[in-house]
Order: sequence, then structure tokens, then C-alpha cells
Amino acid sequence: MTSSPARIFGLRTTLVLVFAFLYIPIAVVVALSFNQGGLPTVWSGFSLKWYASLAGNAAILSAALNTLIVALVSTAIATLLGTLLAIGVEMRRQYGSGLEALIFAPMIIPDIVLAVALLSFFSMLDFTLGLHTIILAHVVFNLAFVCSVVRARLKSFDWSIVEASADLGASAVTTFRRVTLPVILPAVVAGALLAFTLSVDEFIIAFFTAGAGRASTTLPMQIYSMIRFGITPEINALSTMVMAVSITALTLSQRLNRGVIGQ
Amino acid sequence: MRSFVPSRSSLLMAPALAWLTALMVVPCALVLALAFFRRGIYGGIEYSFTLENFGLVLDPLYASIFLNSARIAGAATLIAVVIGYAAAYAIAAAPRRWQPVFLFFSVLPFWSNYLIRTYAWIVLLNREGLITQLLRWFGYTGEPPSMLYTEGAVIAGLVYNYLPFVILACYAPLSRLNPELAEASRDLGASAMTTFRRVILPLTVPGIAAGAVFVFVLSIGNFVTPALLGGGRFQMIGNLVYDQFLTANDWPFGAALAMALIAIMLLVLTAQALAADRAAGRVAEAKGGADD
Repeated sequence: MTSSPARIFGLRTTLVLVFAFLYIPIAVVVALSFNQGGLPTVWSGFSLKWYASLAGNAAILSAALNTLIVALVSTAIATLLGTLLAIGVEMRRQYGSGLEALIFAPMIIPDIVLAVALLSFFSMLDFTLGLHTIILAHVVFNLAFVCSVVRARLKSFDWSIVEASADLGASAVTTFRRVTLPVILPAVVAGALLAFTLSVDEFIIAFFTAGAGRASTTLPMQIYSMIRFGITPEINALSTMVMAVSITALTLSQRLNRGVIGQ
Repeated sequence: MRSFVPSRSSLLMAPALAWLTALMVVPCALVLALAFFRRGIYGGIEYSFTLENFGLVLDPLYASIFLNSARIAGAATLIAVVIGYAAAYAIAAAPRRWQPVFLFFSVLPFWSNYLIRTYAWIVLLNREGLITQLLRWFGYTGEPPSMLYTEGAVIAGLVYNYLPFVILACYAPLSRLNPELAEASRDLGASAMTTFRRVILPLTVPGIAAGAVFVFVLSIGNFVTPALLGGGRFQMIGNLVYDQFLTANDWPFGAALAMALIAIMLLVLTAQALAADRAAGRVAEAKGGADD
């Protein structure tokens, strides 16, 4: 393609503007979280006092603990189930579009629909709502994401080495541990990190499946109720910390398995 | 070995498929069924068959909320596609080694917390927010403009939240585009504009369609952005579903609304599949033409 100076200038300006649009709103929140006066309008000096005030807020701490429990347990289950699913699907090679749709559905179904469906389901079964129901629900979409990341890795996997291993007398478990797992491990870890982030950030489904009462409030639910009362320096600090966790997990995930975020 | 594989793969898939069936397929089927029942007098569910809930969805009052949601989601989709396509085009034209980096950083915000990204817009748009401060700094002395709690704020929030996906969806076909096609078009005397309109754009329709479907479907079912940036003044289908389940306690009607949402989603996905098929035909034509 011809690269006239005007064209290059146009392309660069587009990139600068788009990245400014994507990052300025977030950057403002991060900057304000370090603002001593706490006012969103005047910069009165650098301070960590809003982070300290978070540490003394019992509601936020218990919400953070709940979020951690939900994210860790749902990620563990989803990683196991999603990885097995990915191996099973890729091993088979011939599968119907019904199976494909079933695996793809949790990623495209609107959150609110899955949320009300699960609420109806749990209440019809007279299930007590709480952290355990949030975990059950989070595994649904988490396993789909883990599966898609691991499947992408398995696309280029040479299944004949699995057969070779079996022919040489290795048991199925040994073959998995020594042959398949080392190949897919980066994708499994990347998928798990992605699932962890999704779970930490998920609000709508948690909101509907948590039930009444503060005992099962997660961090996004806590943030939502705080936002409804307006802008506070604590929300800025809390938001900054949550974003730091997500961005770290995702960057790690991306480094382990190129292109995971692009899926 | 071969005959052994299907049974082992079924075994591997079984736990996940059981989970999806029990906690996605069955609950969704249940909601569908719920939509055919009546609301009990005290807010419970009365198990007698009715089509009233679907009739209510078409009631002018609710139909207007559907149209309103579609308009807001449509505006957000249009803006996100224009910005996202331009961004994807610029990324695809950047040096090869920089492309993955740009792509990563354009998608990164998308995976961070949705609520926080929406909250950031409250910080920007409120009466004493950054935008008002900037205006003052430039010498503006009048009343602070009211930007928050408007339809524009809702649209801005939706565009902001879903833009990364459009960039990603449009980048895929743009990066695979054969530069020789554009060159051939120029050699044959077409202007840059004509080349874009007649060659590049048609070949990248699948990406645009995928991005547009995503933004539209997620926007129309959204309840967080209208609640936070619209200040509850702009009801969208998502808010309506939320209200039926959590405040009005009319689950059968809420279920019918949720099913209408799924129907819209399927409709839009079908339209996208058709657009992709037609574009695939064009790609085949373009390739056939290039071979001559």
C-alpha cells in the first residue's frame, strides 16, 4: 500500500485518539484515588489515605473475601471441567453443531437472562441462595472460556503422539500427565487466569444468585451499591485495586498463551 | 484404538456437559416455561397456561420500551462500529510487530470490571466532573452542562464498554486482506475512496457484522449502564426484566421479556450469519477474479 505522509498521519492520529478514549476515563479514576483531599475537582497532593480507609472498612473486606472464595472455587472447578471438555471435544473431531452451540452459549447468552434463569431454577428447587449458588453459576461461563482457550491450543496438537505413547505401553493417566498436559499447560493456566478475572468482575449473575443479606455480598455488588450513592474517594481506591488485579491476571495470561485475550 | 476414542472422549466431556445442562439448559427451559404461566395474586406463580405475558410484551407501553432500547442500542452500535473499524484499520496498517501490542491494549480494558468502567464515566460527566473542569479552564463560566443522566451518557457508556470487541472483530478480516486487491483496484484507476468502498469494505463485512451483533445484543439487554448513567430515567429491556424479578415480583412476565430478549438475539445472529455468507460469496468471487 502506498504510504503518503498524510495517510500515516491520519492512521497515527486515529490510534492516539482511540487509545485516549479507552484509557483516559480509567486513568482519571486511578489518579483521583491518590488525591489527598478526596474531591474529584481539586488536586491537593498525593496520598494513600483512601487505601488505608479501605483497609478499615469491614463491609469492603468481607466482600473482598467473598469474591476471593467465589473466584478461586469457581475457577478451580471450571478449569478442571473446561480442560476435560476441550480434550474430549478435540479428540473426537467429529461433533455436531448442537454440541458446539451448547459450549458456545454461555459466552453469548445475555447475563441478565442467565441470571433470572438461575434465580428461578434455584428458587423452584428451594435452594438456599448464597456464595455456593454464585459459585455454581460462575462455573457455567468460566468453563466455557477455559474450554475455548484450551481448544485453541489443541488445534495444532498432534494426536498421533498420544497413540504412540499408548502403543509404548503408557497408561491413559501417564500419557495425559507426560504427553498431553505439558503441551496444553500454558493454555490451561491462561484459561484459569481468565476465568479468575471474569469471576472477580462478574456482577449481574452474582447479584441475582447471592440472595438477600450481606453475608454473600461480593465486591462488584458492594461497588454497585456504593456507586449508586455517588462518587467517593473510597470507590476510586477500590476500583484502582480491582483493576490492578484484573490487569495483572490478564497480562500474565496473555504472556503464557499469546492471543488468549483476543478470543 | 479408533473405536475406543469416542467413549473416552464422551467420558471426558460428561462432567462439563452435565454442568451446562443442569445449570444453563434446564434453567433457561424453565424460564421459557415460566413465561406461559400466570402471576399469582400475591406475586407467586399460578400454574395455569396463558399467553397473556407475551401479549403484554406487545402492549404499547412495553413495546415503546423495546423500541427505545433498540434505538439506544442501535445508536451505540453505529458509533462503536465507526470508531472500532477506524481503530482496527489503523492497527492493521501499523508495522507487523506492533500489531499484537496495539491489539492487546485495545482489548485490555474490556476484560476489566464493567462497573468500574461505567463509574469512570460518572466521574467524567457529572456536573463538577472533568469535562466541566476542562470547559472552565478554557474560560467557560456558565452553568455546568448536564451531561450525566441523559440518553447521550447511556450511549457513551455502551460505546466505551463494547468498543474493544468491535476493534477485535474488525481487525481479523482487515489483517487478512490481500494488499494486492487494493493495489489492483488503484492500478485500474479507482480512487482511494472507491477502492475502500468497493473492495476493502465489502471484504470486511463479516468482522463488522460480528462486532455490531455483539454490541447490539449486549446493549439491548443491559441494565447496569442505563441505571447508572441514565439515572434510571431510561428504561431498557434489561431494566424491565430486572424490575419484574426483583421489585414488581411478576416472574412470568419477566420470563416472557427474557425470552423476547433471546428471540431478538437469535434474530440478529441469523442476520449476521446471512451477511457473513454473502460476504463469503464475495470473497470467493474476488479470489476467482484475481486468478484470471
